[in-house]
This record gives sequence, C-alpha cells and structure tokens, in this order.
Amino acid sequence: VRTLTAGAILLIIALVLAAARPAWAVDPALMSDPVLQARYEVLIHELRCVQCENNSLADSDADIAADVRRQIRTMLAAGKTDQQIKGYLVSRYSEFILFRPAFSWRNAWLWALPVMLLLIGIGIAVRVIRQRAALVDNEDGDISQT
Amino acid sequence: VPLGVFLGLVVVLAVGINHSHDVGVLKSPLVGHEIPDWQLPVLTDPTKSLGSRDLKGQWYVLNYWGAWCYSCRVEHPVLLEAQREARVQIIGVDWVADVADENAAALDMLSRLGNPYSKVVTDRDGRTAIDLGIAQAPESLLVNPQGVIVYKEPGVITAEIWRREFLSRLPPQSTTPAAGAGGS
Repeated sequence: VRTLTAGAILLIIALVLAAARPAWAVDPALMSDPVLQARYEVLIHELRCVQCENNSLADSDADIAADVRRQIRTMLAAGKTDQQIKGYLVSRYSEFILFRPAFSWRNAWLWALPVMLLLIGIGIAVRVIRQRAALVDNEDGDISQT
Repeated sequence: VPLGVFLGLVVVLAVGINHSHDVGVLKSPLVGHEIPDWQLPVLTDPTKSLGSRDLKGQWYVLNYWGAWCYSCRVEHPVLLEAQREARVQIIGVDWVADVADENAAALDMLSRLGNPYSKVVTDRDGRTAIDLGIAQAPESLLVNPQGVIVYKEPGVITAEIWRREFLSRLPPQSTTPAAGAGGS
C-alpha cells in the first residue's frame, strides 16, 4: 500500500511538472530552420504587441499579435533581413513598436541624457570634494596660526 | 539653485501630463501617405473582391470591425447615422483570424442592427490589417480620391469625432458615393 501511495504521489508530481509549460510559450509555432527560429525568437521579443502595448509579441496571446508573428515568419521564410522586417512594421505601426528605439537625431537626446547626467553628477561631486578639502586646509591653517 | 531645479521639474512634469493622453495611441505613420494596395473578398460573395484600385477617385472610410467586437456595437449607430447623411461611403472590413462562423455572425449582426456599409469585405488572415497598420477594432481610415489616407481614428467613432475629424475633411458639397464623390 505504501509503495502504491508513493507511486501515486510521484505520478501527480510528474503530471504537474508536465503541465507547467514555460511562461513564454504563448506561441507554439516553430520554423523548420533553426537559424530562422533563433532570429524569430529575438524579433518577437524586441517588438511590441500593437494592441496590448506593454507586452512583447512573444508574450501576447492577442489575435493581432499572432497575426503579426505569422507575418514575421512569412517574411523570414521569404528571406527578408531583420532590418527589412522591422522596417516594414515600423512603416505600418511607427517606431513605437520597437522596444529598443533606433538611434536617430530625433531621439539622440534619449541616449545622450544618461551620459550627460552622469557628467553633471561627477562635476558636482568634484566641486563639493574640492570645497570640503579647501575648508579642511583652512581650518588646519587657522589652528596652526593660533 | 533649488528653485531652478524645482522649475525644471515643473516643466518636465507639465509636458508629461500634457502628453499623457497620447500614451497608448499609436500615431499611424501611414497618415498623409497613399494607402497600401489592398484587395479583399466581399462578405456576401467571396468570389468577388474589392480593393483600393476600385475605389480610386472616390472618398471612402475603411472601417475595421467584427461581430465579436463590443466597441464596434457602440460605434454602430454613429455609422448608421453617417450613412443616412450620405456624405461619404463607408466600406466595412469584417476582421478576425480564428472564429469559425464569423461570416454568419457578421451578416446576422448587420441584418439585426442595420447595415451602415456600402460594401463589406473580409480580412480573415489579418495580413491586410497589418499592411494598413490596424492594431485593434474598431479602427477607421479616411481615404481621399487620390488614395491618400488623410485621417485615422484609432478607436470608436463618436458623433463628435465623426463631425470634427471626418466631415470637416470632406469637400463641402461632396455628394453620395453613387454619384462619384470627390474630385477626379
């Protein structure tokens, strides 16, 4: 009887594990070519679902996301480059569809801002440190004079 | 300096709040450009088709909808009223990827609630929707006789939106589509 219950428990655990598919597997479609499949996976993680905008195409089970994924597979199979595919979708849905915005003069400030903030911060830190150092020197001087 | 920082923050936040209503609205890059060529089967007779080339020289509204789409029902009376005004023809695109009897459901909805469309076509695999930058239903494009998309409504058309965004863009004495609305 004991081995039977142990077996039953093991069976239940196995079934639960088997049912727990990875969370990203919204899209069970596979491309025949593993190289294309790899590019496909990267693309659908970099592109936004146009309806549920905080999800990527890979995360979304919306119909439109499935349609766009199918379109991407079709274009990959037709030999389009990643740039062509992204370019096509941007021309239809605007740059908003890219999670990583392309570098352009229009959004250069977006990329430059963190560097600029860091430089400003370093500048302020250097000034404060110099002032404090000068203060300490003066105090030493004052002490030695009296 | 603290005042400067404060004012700077006020400016940044004010701009952010001002633009907050834009968040989540995809500005279609197709507006102002010629509509990508489309051709779709007619709902009542799939052996026939209708496309952008057939509609050259006419104003039309391309309205993506579906019998499954709740917001489309909210929009429906506005479209019926628009059809009665007859300022511009409305082409319906019954859009869905994977509902088995969407054709029947669409026809049923139109016969029960009224048909605001001069023609209804179907986009079953959703390829044309992607090509036209459609993200959800309902969405509508206003296309001029040259085939240029002059406006896109990324959601439900209300009576006010119809007046402000669609009618205002049509030529003043635009007649019924049967008479060949718009210039040549």
